[in-house]
Amino acid sequence: MADTLHALTALGQAAPQTRVIGPYRIEERFDVALASVASRRGREAEVASAAAAAGIPLPGPARFTAGPLYAGFWVAPEMWFVEAPFASHEDIVAVVKPIFGEAASITEQTDAWVRFDVLGTNLAALVEKLCNVDFARAADGYATRTVIEHMGCYLIRHTSGALTIYGGRSSAQSLLHALEVTAASLL
Amino acid sequence: MIINHPILGPRDSQEFVYLGAAEMMNRPDGMSAGIEEFHEWLYHRDNPAGEHRELWYHEQGDRSWLVVTRNTLTHEISRVELARDVAKAMGRSK
Repeated sequence: MADTLHALTALGQAAPQTRVIGPYRIEERFDVALASVASRRGREAEVASAAAAAGIPLPGPARFTAGPLYAGFWVAPEMWFVEAPFASHEDIVAVVKPIFGEAASITEQTDAWVRFDVLGTNLAALVEKLCNVDFARAADGYATRTVIEHMGCYLIRHTSGALTIYGGRSSAQSLLHALEVTAASLL
Repeated sequence: MIINHPILGPRDSQEFVYLGAAEMMNRPDGMSAGIEEFHEWLYHRDNPAGEHRELWYHEQGDRSWLVVTRNTLTHEISRVELARDVAKAMGRSK
């Protein structure tokens, strides 16, 4: 029985999918655990020091920062998404909650999102067709919420040739479709 | 129209949802205020031709509520504040 029980990816497959369309490579990522960290009112300093001690980056507005183990990006005032390797942090809330104690509210986010990493040489041309983020002028480490074909997403610029998109898991297929069609339109 | 978000800088107004006049923030206590006061808050709106303070929600952004001071004749936006800061300045706890 147990042999037949395997977690499916957001796209409903046994393994994450990759699409190569011309110069663009779209990789579904299934190996990242995600949690939101929201500072409780009046306890921002405690949250900042606890995060620093644990090596959890909690960057400023519209920023993404990667650390050796954890990465974090800003989503709202006093609120961040924290990434960690799925293999070691599958139950990320159980790991992160003791770090912050009662100073922050932690919510599991791993299974609410689909993550696509997009690699290519000229991603600005792709992004300008997808959403209103000015990718060409954004600095590396820019992170923002945006809308791609009516779907709310988070977009992170790592470099001019690498970005991450988090979209709602329930519309994972639609988001991938949007990325594929847009990439194909640029060929 | 561009809304100059206090934290995130200039953002397209399409990212925002409009709620209405900023007086919505000052809801009277329904248990202690009189029915007239509550009725006034709920139904009576000014419709100024000129400067208007209004609530906008950054739904496709950082989900913050803003108080935007906008001229309804020219659409010029003269001031954008976090609604949280406005409420705190009025003596509210949150």
